[in-house]
Amino acid sequence: MQVKINGKSEEVQGGTVLDLLKTKKIEPQMVAVEVNDKMLERDHLATTPLNEGDQVEFLFYMGGGR
Amino acid sequence: MDFTEEQINRYSRHILLPEVGGKGQKKIAKAKILLVGAGGLGSPAALYLAAAGVGTIGLIDSDVVDLTNLQRQILHHTADVGRPKVVSGKEKIQALNPDVNVSMYEERLTAGNALKIISDYDVVIDGVDNFPAKFLINDACFFANKPLVHGGILRFDGRVTTIIPKKSACYRCVFKTPPPQGLVASCQEAGVIGVLAGIIGTIQATEALKLILGIGHPLTNRMLDFDARKTQFREIKIKRNPHCALCGDHPTITELFDDGDPYAGCAVRP
Repeated sequence: MQVKINGKSEEVQGGTVLDLLKTKKIEPQMVAVEVNDKMLERDHLATTPLNEGDQVEFLFYMGGGR
Repeated sequence: MDFTEEQINRYSRHILLPEVGGKGQKKIAKAKILLVGAGGLGSPAALYLAAAGVGTIGLIDSDVVDLTNLQRQILHHTADVGRPKVVSGKEKIQALNPDVNVSMYEERLTAGNALKIISDYDVVIDGVDNFPAKFLINDACFFANKPLVHGGILRFDGRVTTIIPKKSACYRCVFKTPPPQGLVASCQEAGVIGVLAGIIGTIQATEALKLILGIGHPLTNRMLDFDARKTQFREIKIKRNPHCALCGDHPTITELFDDGDPYAGCAVRP
């Protein structure tokens, strides 16, 4: 199914948001995840299913400044 | 406060703007803006805010200028290597605009000194290079009720967001705690394209001036991410999180604390 990840349409397998993170090899502790403009609690990643047309935002930590 | 003829000339391109005018320029002249970090992000912010005629600029930094800083930290010149950044910064700011008062804090922001320092300012700009400090600034601005312009840069990516405590999403609403040590690369480990500091730092300065002038729409409840490889900006909507440990409905953070070891980030150990 199609979901939008960081603004770009992608074909993904179903499953949960955590499954998507695993497919993309993203460590859950490294990212804040928003689905359809709603911030997901980290312990809800495994219980939130992905649906056709969902808009997923991965917000990575960006710590630099110097 | 009245401007001299020279000042009216100096700030004429501001005064011409209906959104600024003489009245707005006076607000800028009375404004006090704190830059936490006189490095990559702090450099362009300091120079543009100085040029704009900000009355008082506070500089906090405990470091001395290192040769590796000069690729992006334009507040410091080759001859400044080895000198305290706050001293070098103050000189450049006042050379550009002697109207500006500069307060120097040659120290690190800590849970012990943060509220005292921040409470003297109208707006705070985050130009630090490590997560414990970014969380500390977020928390301190919440407790001191001061608007914060957050910024971050890494490799070719940058991010800006403005936080009005209790009114818009804070850093902890999105990122609850600093990432586990070693999981996220630092600038020192991963590199950063120098001009990115200029792009993100000047957006931070723009936000600070808008807050001082009370014009336009602040970058609140939005994270503006910039990808220098594609020259693309992307805006991510964020919201206040009712579960936020700091500004949510049932806060568990009720006083300032140092959330982790600030030396674990990008900074060179002294």
